[in-house]
Amino acid sequence: MNNDLYNHDLEPDVDMPAEFIERQNRHSAKVSESADSFIPRRQFLKMSGIAGGGLVLAFSLSRSPRAKAAHHGESDSTEFSPNAFIQIKPDGTIVIAAKNPEVGQGIKTFLPMIIAEELEVPWESVTVEQSAIDAKRFGPQSAGGSQSTPRNWDPLRQAGAVARAMLIAAAAKTWGVSESKCNADQGFIINESNGKKLSYAELATTAASLPIPDGKTVPLKKRSEYKILGKFIPGVDNQALVTGQPLFGIDQQLPGLLHAVYVKCPSFGGTVNSANLDAIKARPGIVDAFVLEGNGVDNELSAGVAILAKSTYEAFQAEKALQVDWNHDPASKESWTDFQKQAREITSKPGKATEEQGDFSAAQSEAKTVVESFYTYPFLSHSNLEPQNCTAWFRDGKMELWAPSQTPQSIAGMLSKLLDIDQSNIEVNQLRIGGGFGRRLLNDFACEAAAIAHKVDAPVKLMWNRESDLAHDFYRVGGFHNLTGALDSKGRLTGLQDRTIVYTPAGGDGKRPVRGGNVRASNIQCPEIPNVRIEANSLPLQIPAGWWRAPSSCSLAWVFQSFVHELAVAAKRDHLEFLLEQFGEPRWLKKGKANVFNTERAINVTKLAAEKGDWGKPMKKRQGRGLSFYFSHLGYFAEIAEITVDSSNNVKVDRVVVAADVGMLLNKSGGENQVEGSVIDGISTLADQEITFENGAVKESNFDTYPLLRMSAQPNIEIHWLTSDYSPTGLGEPAFPPLAAAVTNAIHQATGKRIRAMPISKEGFKIV
Amino acid sequence: MPTISINVNGELREISDIDPNTPLLWALRDHLQMVGTKFGCGKGLCGACTVHLNGAAVRSCSIPISEVDGQSVTTIEGLAAKAHKLHPLQDAWMEHDVPQCGYCQAGQIMSAASLLSRNANPSDTDIDDAMAGNLCRCGTYKRIRKAIHSAATKGGAA
Repeated sequence: MNNDLYNHDLEPDVDMPAEFIERQNRHSAKVSESADSFIPRRQFLKMSGIAGGGLVLAFSLSRSPRAKAAHHGESDSTEFSPNAFIQIKPDGTIVIAAKNPEVGQGIKTFLPMIIAEELEVPWESVTVEQSAIDAKRFGPQSAGGSQSTPRNWDPLRQAGAVARAMLIAAAAKTWGVSESKCNADQGFIINESNGKKLSYAELATTAASLPIPDGKTVPLKKRSEYKILGKFIPGVDNQALVTGQPLFGIDQQLPGLLHAVYVKCPSFGGTVNSANLDAIKARPGIVDAFVLEGNGVDNELSAGVAILAKSTYEAFQAEKALQVDWNHDPASKESWTDFQKQAREITSKPGKATEEQGDFSAAQSEAKTVVESFYTYPFLSHSNLEPQNCTAWFRDGKMELWAPSQTPQSIAGMLSKLLDIDQSNIEVNQLRIGGGFGRRLLNDFACEAAAIAHKVDAPVKLMWNRESDLAHDFYRVGGFHNLTGALDSKGRLTGLQDRTIVYTPAGGDGKRPVRGGNVRASNIQCPEIPNVRIEANSLPLQIPAGWWRAPSSCSLAWVFQSFVHELAVAAKRDHLEFLLEQFGEPRWLKKGKANVFNTERAINVTKLAAEKGDWGKPMKKRQGRGLSFYFSHLGYFAEIAEITVDSSNNVKVDRVVVAADVGMLLNKSGGENQVEGSVIDGISTLADQEITFENGAVKESNFDTYPLLRMSAQPNIEIHWLTSDYSPTGLGEPAFPPLAAAVTNAIHQATGKRIRAMPISKEGFKIV
Repeated sequence: MPTISINVNGELREISDIDPNTPLLWALRDHLQMVGTKFGCGKGLCGACTVHLNGAAVRSCSIPISEVDGQSVTTIEGLAAKAHKLHPLQDAWMEHDVPQCGYCQAGQIMSAASLLSRNANPSDTDIDDAMAGNLCRCGTYKRIRKAIHSAATKGGAA
């Protein structure tokens, strides 16, 4: 059936960080699906006068080509430093710039792989260099929403292909033959007629003198011709990582560096009345201490006390000795217990439909079986292993930052307003990031570091400890869903209703959901249900909310994929068959729109998971096999979990089978790492993670109260890739959402117990 | 403040003007500018700060510098016996492309090296037990286990 509930572009908050999208939009007149329009012809710029010569191709990924083209003539290279995308040196070295922040998603490796593939060079000959942060030269530079792959796929392929075309033209010119007789092969151009060859290094200087072809017209390689993409390519920073070289934000060293802590009110939004600053300043190693009033914006600068010391330890010790009289008037008074009570009460009563199709009430009254269940999940922290930190240096009116940020391009604009510094006087350097998961899409730590550095005459490294990291996160919001499902006499799902809560920022207009907090009918991902009713009750939230790996999907997948299983059980039907029935005929609900549900791809991955995951085969007593599916961040994932539960309700996840369709896998190593990591993250989250708060302050403080999964609990993970002709899409997120329901559905099969509250420790189960 | 002398990666280092309660972790990072050893939790819960003290894996965030005066510390920077020849674990980590964000991996490798020095051919259970104190937020456990087995096969105790 056609289903208008699905026929919309996903709201930014459903699938992608809104501010991220906004930022992308600033670079483009419109957001196109394939982004294939964003290298115009004259944006490729050759550079001359580079030390050592050779061919250097710089090109802008800016989305405002006309303005760019008018601004830079091809001969005008003054704005371009040698840090270009592709540099072919006369000695044969190929340098490729990695433009986006590396958070562990492998982007520093696989974006350059795309260029190298089209350039047609051996990967071993490539040196990857992290680029500067510069929108003019590198276009959007961020790590979020699993967007880097789809947005860079066409532009970076074209970048490599343009360079290859110029090398071919250079060879043709040198030999006086037609370009059609010249083939590129692993760093050489071969003359087809006589077998002679010239290396890229030999051709580089000639190539640099030739006109630049249109990126959109140069031929791209067929997938069957790929020599790098799809292979197992280890990360380019591995050697530095395993030998302990400085790479991360926290590793930044500068002469005369001061070490800072910034202490905020434990209850969100509290401000400073007074603090024992004199006593703090009298402590050994303390250089300064002062209050910052902040601007009251949670992702910019909250009020707090800055302490600067000669060493991190002295700063941490001073923090322990700091006594602050907090002003709690503006602070959050919220409590998780109250939230739970309030949500129960609201969602137990009929409310106003926020989305509706068909007539749910009629379906309910005509149903043979009605199932009603209440699902709830907690707030979560990102808990990056590298605590938030940032280094800033303010000198001669200029602010320079070394920021482990997922959105480094947004920092200068924020600081410009916050500290009244012209954007041109703010420089941001990107560093490797010890875990993103969405936490570092927001740059509060960078604002704090800069605001502190702005007041002192030395470079400052701001360091959060683990406790402040857990206490001042932007949390994945908890949620509540009072679900009702209607089954007819044939066991068909005829109606589904969700009475839920959608939090909106306190003090706002009550319309726009908090980051990652929206609930839409399309999240159900069962387009065949004829009667659907969503009642999203809006409630204000002061606790800072943030995008957390696969925003919205990370929690909603568990709710809906559990409830669909619950309904299949109530209908006494096979879960696989029941789930496939909800997808209906294979079709794309809005053809050509990558972020709109494609049931064909859903069906294919679900069937593949079932086949590889031994669906239907008998299990032993106290064992269970659970199925789940979800489409998020443009990727289609079905997962099967096999578990064993002992008599004390210890759950061992024995095996997880993942079937995936992301079009094409770009790096077998990095891609599988993301899926394995998502599975582990999924188990870690469902096991025992919960952020609770009272009087506006978070109670969990370290990994003893907010545990991460340990090695012994890891299951066997099998990944099956379904290759399709669709453009490749990202892997940082979409493998996460289906995992939880696969496990809890398996627990139901093994024990008969339906998990309706997360984490499963709440229901008496323990992951071992 | 007394001067502390420690042997770090085979080299005698003297640290003066340091609070004797400073954890070894911060002495390494702030005073010796050796930043390969990472800060994760400050309470010995995550293992990111793992180093070897007289050959045994310890959490450097929880050991005051005064307690290691005169002793020998090996950090990730000094794990390879020679600059041009890495420890078999470091090679295995690269071959199996273990890291995602990579932040915990120095601590993971140091724990694994301590295990292999005691047990040249560990089972999965031996590995799980030895590595239980090292958290990886990215979830690279499968590859860590594989890399340890692989290094053991190639004489990883070396």
